[in-house]
Amino acid sequence: MIDTFLIPLLKILFVLNATLIGVTYMVLLERKVIAWVQVRLGPMRVGPYGILQPIADAVKLILKEDITPTKADKWVFTAAPIIVMVPALITFAVIPFGPAVHLFGREVPLYITDINVGLLYIVSVASMGVYGIILGGWASNSKFPLLASLRASAQLISYEVGVTMTLVSMIVTAGSLSMVRIVEAQYNSHLWYIFIQPVAFVLFFIGGLAETNRAPFDMAEAEQELTGGFHTEYSGMRFALFFLAEYANMIVVSSVATTLFLGGWLRPFPNVAALSFLGFIPGWIWFLVKTFVFLYVFLWVRATLPRYRYDQLMRLGWKVLIPIAIANVIVTAIVKVLL
Amino acid sequence: MLLSAALFIIGVVGVMIRRNIIVIFMSIELILNAVNINLIAFSYQLQNGIGQVFAIFVIAVAAAEAAVGLGIILAFYRNKETINIDEMTVMRW
Amino acid sequence: MGEAIAFYVLAALILGFAVLVVSTRNTVHSVLYLVLNFLAVAALYVMLTAQFLAVIQVLVYAGGIVVLYLFVVMLVNLKRPPEDHSAPQRKSWVGAGLGLLVLGELGGIVAYGRLAPAVSPMQNTDLAINNVERVGMLLYTDYLIPFEVASILLLVAMVGAIILAKREL
Repeated sequence: MIDTFLIPLLKILFVLNATLIGVTYMVLLERKVIAWVQVRLGPMRVGPYGILQPIADAVKLILKEDITPTKADKWVFTAAPIIVMVPALITFAVIPFGPAVHLFGREVPLYITDINVGLLYIVSVASMGVYGIILGGWASNSKFPLLASLRASAQLISYEVGVTMTLVSMIVTAGSLSMVRIVEAQYNSHLWYIFIQPVAFVLFFIGGLAETNRAPFDMAEAEQELTGGFHTEYSGMRFALFFLAEYANMIVVSSVATTLFLGGWLRPFPNVAALSFLGFIPGWIWFLVKTFVFLYVFLWVRATLPRYRYDQLMRLGWKVLIPIAIANVIVTAIVKVLL
Repeated sequence: MLLSAALFIIGVVGVMIRRNIIVIFMSIELILNAVNINLIAFSYQLQNGIGQVFAIFVIAVAAAEAAVGLGIILAFYRNKETINIDEMTVMRW
Repeated sequence: MGEAIAFYVLAALILGFAVLVVSTRNTVHSVLYLVLNFLAVAALYVMLTAQFLAVIQVLVYAGGIVVLYLFVVMLVNLKRPPEDHSAPQRKSWVGAGLGLLVLGELGGIVAYGRLAPAVSPMQNTDLAINNVERVGMLLYTDYLIPFEVASILLLVAMVGAIILAKREL
């Protein structure tokens, strides 16, 4: 009874809370990092070194007037931000944060659940997130957000194909779809997969950037394009949900990349006995550090690269990313058969 | 099985009643889904993997048919500006 | 016991959403109900231990095909207001009546078949646990030729759809 209901419930609550707090602080982190790259200081007034800035932002957004355009479709208008946020959050159900720990005399594995089609579940849930963007643009009942949302969703579904192909080559390497088994396979092969599949890593990273509408692929939401993109008509808490969903998506992509390529909770060189003194650091700290590195690279790329034009973006996705991903799958399959 | 039969009926009724051609296509998807449910149910009952393999093919065929069908609708719409199936009566225009 | 409740709830959801798909006037709402229908069907597949197929259903059907439908609906709706349904009411009633008749017939057939002793469902052996591997093995060994044919079909459909949707050849 306790095992089947209480422990997963506690885990879900914990992960959800950690994610939401993480997402709100991502806002601050992004502004700080971009500011430092641009040789300025970022938010400094609210709290010491601007630490309380997200709370100020949250209060402001909650207190803002919640405008619904008159001819908009009310149910869809309300549902669209929720549809974007939910897939980002439920992906965390299958990501393994660490090996089993002993808590209160029970062996508790540090993931919410381990389904045997874990990786495919993540991809399918990500493809549901496209709906929120389309519906958000359409429900605003005005031309600019509609066109922007169509462009954004076209970008998302194009890069979905490339990312799925890259993940297929990872599945072939690991031999299983379940996330926990992938980490264990990296333990058995003595190397993180980033060294075995560097091409897939680069492809996944670029695809991840495009999937989350992050720079340099943030055509959909840039202020100079189409007057603000698909969330023009949203204000207050709904707008906040859209933004938080984007950051949550970023964290999801970073976590998935960590699990697939950087070995999840394994320490560097997991099988070398000489470094086993690093074993006292629990697995989930390694996981957090690696995810944080990824997030930092996301922000770094945003601060550094200029934005892609829409047709360049689509060309990159279809003509470059997908052929290389397919070639990667073929090469991986051949190597797997030969070895 | 009763469920899949009911879904099938609803899909067929939808194809017959609605004039909006996109809704007609969606009813066709409902029919295909009903068939899939039937296949999976049998596969579970008889513990044979065949049903699931066949269902995968049905999904693939449905995807192909949806893509081509929507392409036809778009091409038609550009010429005739209507999605009402009663007005799509001429074989050539 | 819990499984039976889950099944009836899911069945009610699936049928309810299907009826809504067919009967809503607003096309975009229709498409949304279709998505919810597919999600409920995917949940049903998970209950029937076809996990791979459930995920594929969400990924391909609900995540790809319905997005395509939504795109077309929006491109069509951009120029006109939502289509007003001008069908005479009696046609709809005739159709619904016929539908109920056929449903009654099928129900009679199924109930008649239940009188005969049925094969009891076997335990969930490999098919449930190693679902992906079993399906994959079947797909690549016994059913290789349909697999290749399906991929050629998809390629042809892709080329066809692109040509059909282009503005000028």
